[in-house]
Amino acid sequence: MATPEDNHYAKSHEYVHLEGDIATIGITEYAQKELGDVVFVELPQVGSVLEAADELGSIESVKAVSELFSPMTGEVVEINEALADNPALINTDPYGDGWMIRMRVSDATEVDELMTAEEYDEYIEKESGH
Amino acid sequence: MTEEQTQQKTALEPLIFERSKSGRRGYQLPDLEVPEQDLDAILPAGLRRSEIQDEVEVSEVDVIRHFTRLSKLNVSIDAGLYPLGSCTMKHNPRINEEIARTPGFAQSHPLQAEHQVQGNLELLWTLEQTLKEIFGLPRVTLQPVAGAHGELTGILMVHKALSKSGNARKYILIPDSAHGTNPASAAFAGYEIRELKSNSRGTVDLSTLEAAVTEDVAALMITVPNTLGVFESEIKAMADILHAKGAYLYCDGANLNSFVGIARPGDMGIDVIHSNLHKTFSTPHGGGGPGAGPVGVSESLIPYLPTPTVEKREDGTFYLDYSHPDSIGRMRAFNGNFNVLVRALTYMRSMGPTGLRRIAQMAVLNANYIRARLKKHYHLPYDAPSLHEVVFSDKLQTPKDVHTLDIAKRLMDFGFHPPTIYFPLIVSGALMIEPTESEPKEELDAFCDAMIAIAHESQERPELVRSAPHTTPVRRLDEARAARQPVLRWKP
Amino acid sequence: MTLPDPTDPKSSHRYIPNAGEDIREMLDVIGVDSIDRLFETIPDDVKLRELLDLPGPWSEVESRRWFRGLAARNKTGADHVSFLGGGAYAHYQPAVIDQMLLRSEFLTAYTPYQPEVSQGTLQSIFEYQTHQCLLTGLDVANASLYDGSTALCEAVLLAERLVKGKHKIVLAKSIHPHYLQTVRTYIQNLGIEIVEVGWGADGRIDLGALRAATDGAFGVAVQSPNFLGVVEDYEAVAQATEGLTRISVIAEATSLGILTPPGQHGFDICVGEGQAWGIPPQFGGPYVGFMVVREALKRHMPGRLVGETVDVDGRRAYVLTLATREQHIRRGKATSNICTNEALIALAANMYLSLMGKEGLREVATQCLQKTAYLRNKLRGIASLELPFDGPVYNELVVRTPFPAETILADLEEQKILGGIPLGPFHDGHENDFLVAVTELHTKENLDQYAAALSAAISRERR
Repeated sequence: MATPEDNHYAKSHEYVHLEGDIATIGITEYAQKELGDVVFVELPQVGSVLEAADELGSIESVKAVSELFSPMTGEVVEINEALADNPALINTDPYGDGWMIRMRVSDATEVDELMTAEEYDEYIEKESGH
Repeated sequence: MTEEQTQQKTALEPLIFERSKSGRRGYQLPDLEVPEQDLDAILPAGLRRSEIQDEVEVSEVDVIRHFTRLSKLNVSIDAGLYPLGSCTMKHNPRINEEIARTPGFAQSHPLQAEHQVQGNLELLWTLEQTLKEIFGLPRVTLQPVAGAHGELTGILMVHKALSKSGNARKYILIPDSAHGTNPASAAFAGYEIRELKSNSRGTVDLSTLEAAVTEDVAALMITVPNTLGVFESEIKAMADILHAKGAYLYCDGANLNSFVGIARPGDMGIDVIHSNLHKTFSTPHGGGGPGAGPVGVSESLIPYLPTPTVEKREDGTFYLDYSHPDSIGRMRAFNGNFNVLVRALTYMRSMGPTGLRRIAQMAVLNANYIRARLKKHYHLPYDAPSLHEVVFSDKLQTPKDVHTLDIAKRLMDFGFHPPTIYFPLIVSGALMIEPTESEPKEELDAFCDAMIAIAHESQERPELVRSAPHTTPVRRLDEARAARQPVLRWKP
Repeated sequence: MTLPDPTDPKSSHRYIPNAGEDIREMLDVIGVDSIDRLFETIPDDVKLRELLDLPGPWSEVESRRWFRGLAARNKTGADHVSFLGGGAYAHYQPAVIDQMLLRSEFLTAYTPYQPEVSQGTLQSIFEYQTHQCLLTGLDVANASLYDGSTALCEAVLLAERLVKGKHKIVLAKSIHPHYLQTVRTYIQNLGIEIVEVGWGADGRIDLGALRAATDGAFGVAVQSPNFLGVVEDYEAVAQATEGLTRISVIAEATSLGILTPPGQHGFDICVGEGQAWGIPPQFGGPYVGFMVVREALKRHMPGRLVGETVDVDGRRAYVLTLATREQHIRRGKATSNICTNEALIALAANMYLSLMGKEGLREVATQCLQKTAYLRNKLRGIASLELPFDGPVYNELVVRTPFPAETILADLEEQKILGGIPLGPFHDGHENDFLVAVTELHTKENLDQYAAALSAAISRERR
């Protein structure tokens, strides 16, 4: 799967899709593959305010748990309720139905700190050592 | 046929609840004998429940059949090699079971007056003396009922001792090869964890330790030998570094089986150690427990031992001593897992000093024999000499897309329980093999032959390995489904 | 050097198969000339130069002689009529259980990490979890904890994690004193404050004091029947503790056969000791701690959980699940440090609960109630004897005489009666009180003799 060009990417493998001041956040295709079958996601409550790099929640596979970090600063305005019953959406469609939270960002220019699709592809190339 | 009926048909053995039929009974109680009173007069109706809905109704025959059939779905150490690394699955002598069932032990009550349980107290006292000699340490508490419970006990004592001297400190150092219980126990004792990186031998460099031991460090928790089976040869120097900074050396004694009777923790500068009696001292694992995790301590930690301690008077009688004002307190109700302790002492006496030493010698011989036979067929990520266990990886098999999990599952088709897998975490795709001293050479050879056959299969017929097991009561399970929509109890 | 040569046939041991010839063959394959060479990584200066100074090796004959000699020095329920309870009870132990526990496949298996070859253990745990849910009226039970006292510790820690910013737990003073002591040990470095609430004249928790104590607390724990034997009014406790995480503590598990389940009264967590389900008192262990919680708390649960799933052929099967809570994955952030649990005792409990079943559990509890009520009435007729608490009891009650409890109990012991547990060591001001427990095992004759012996003991002291 090609890494979508209209997103921005964090080193901790979250992506940001920004429309206006609303950022949709999830984890990347690479991250979901590394994790394997996702069985549970813990997300923040709507209304919580997160700073960039704050812990956003956690994601669990059968035998591993990883922390999620917020790539941006802002207020959580929506969480993906469908993940509670069907966390597999993160495996099947990480950039679409497997999104995790929507956030009203306080400073849209923070995306400039993140990687482009091309930079992220290079980054994971290096990280996986292939 | 409904979907539910289909499921029942394919189940190996129905749940006991599914065997239930109205009107069956599996018990008979003695007659009430006393005149029956109106229940309302004894216990108001508002405090009483109606019937226990959905509880079973089965006969004794149903129960015997059910559990006998269930038992046949398990493998066990009595049936053959069970080489779970770090778990020390050794022979469980039956004399231990017989002695634990002696009515004078089994029917003794934990809150009886001391003069009524002198036999029990003498047994506990004797076990402490025995463990003191094995550890080379001056006192041992028998209260902890598991390894992790012992860890918590030990680190609480360290915390209390340091608090008494004015500063409990903040961190416990733990190597990256450690059991998960170590950081968890340290956290529940009130500490933060700092992880130490292992070197290329899988051990901890003195310079790494030296740099890490700041004034904020309370203790190092280290497994000796470590989870690769490698002995920390510089253990005494490590103790010196810690002691110079006022910190303690905690030893996770899970691997005591490799050096019991050969060397003693107390002589290595270790301040506190727990020993899993269900590992080194043969009390049965029982499908996950019970265990016991006595903790030995050096002189400076004695005031902080849990209460009560068992003491001997000059007249030869025994008593429980609660008068330790600096004690961390009680770790559990009553007197620990007493009847696990009975089994362990029976075993220590059956072995004697010569047998205890032979345990370590033969456990190490067996593990090194496996290592020698398999090292051409499996990757040895750390080639430092190892004692009672050997850790391989799946590196030679992964090019064929065969992984540790597949190798483990395939072993079941050869009739063996797999080794511990994916641990220690510092080895990618770890296969951690601990045969113990209980295995005869023929069994070790059969196991090595099976492992070698799987190594060949991995090259020639990888799909066969990837789809294993093929001969077990059930095949690979959908573990993601179990975790995504947890079904944790039967419902009608 | 006095150390034996391992290849000498005299060194062989019945539990260790490999001997002389095997050892030499294996050393050849390894490529070393002696076993000592395998231990070279242990520095010489920490190696023992002689054998440990310990007795043995003993034959089975010698072991039997010595251990039976010790056991014979105990005075126990095996040769006395025992009325001891206080968190450890002598109930009927069906013969089936101990026979089945000795089956190799249960006794000598390990934690069911490999489900394909451990379905027996896994299915039994799943059944055990189900029994716990049915009995307590709550939703999710774990595979076992060490015992009742540590189960309460885990419950307090769980409840604290649920609420941010509150660190006070309210504990009934009538919880088993060993459980309270253990909680104090566990929480000593975790910044949790304990407030104890005492009891009223009926022996039940003081509701007014309870209500006052809830301010700023994250949770509350109440035991029923409590350490005084008195059955608490869960509904009243629940009303007095709105908004707190409520923990019910059960130290006498057979009481669940007749008492209303805590889950029916707004309790969130039920923890307790399963020893009463047919496990011998064995001087305090091994026992089995249980924990059952509301559905919403399942991911906060300590210990192992078994869940249902299917294998690749669609066959129903069981597996350890929700493991990311546990120490081997989450390490320092796990919900508990527990690893080894009390699996074999939980298996025994599963067998007990299955054999007794719906009717038997009720009948055990009813017999306990009836026989205790009978004894209570008998004791009421004894001059100078007082029953200080008038609340409803299940199978245990407090008896008070004008004399120190130990004096009266020593007199009973001469009649081959283990007459009770003195309360004085646990609670100041109760030096003349002791706890008396009755179960279905007591005959009417036992109870009549007990009342008579107690009456005689008091008379003797009066003289």
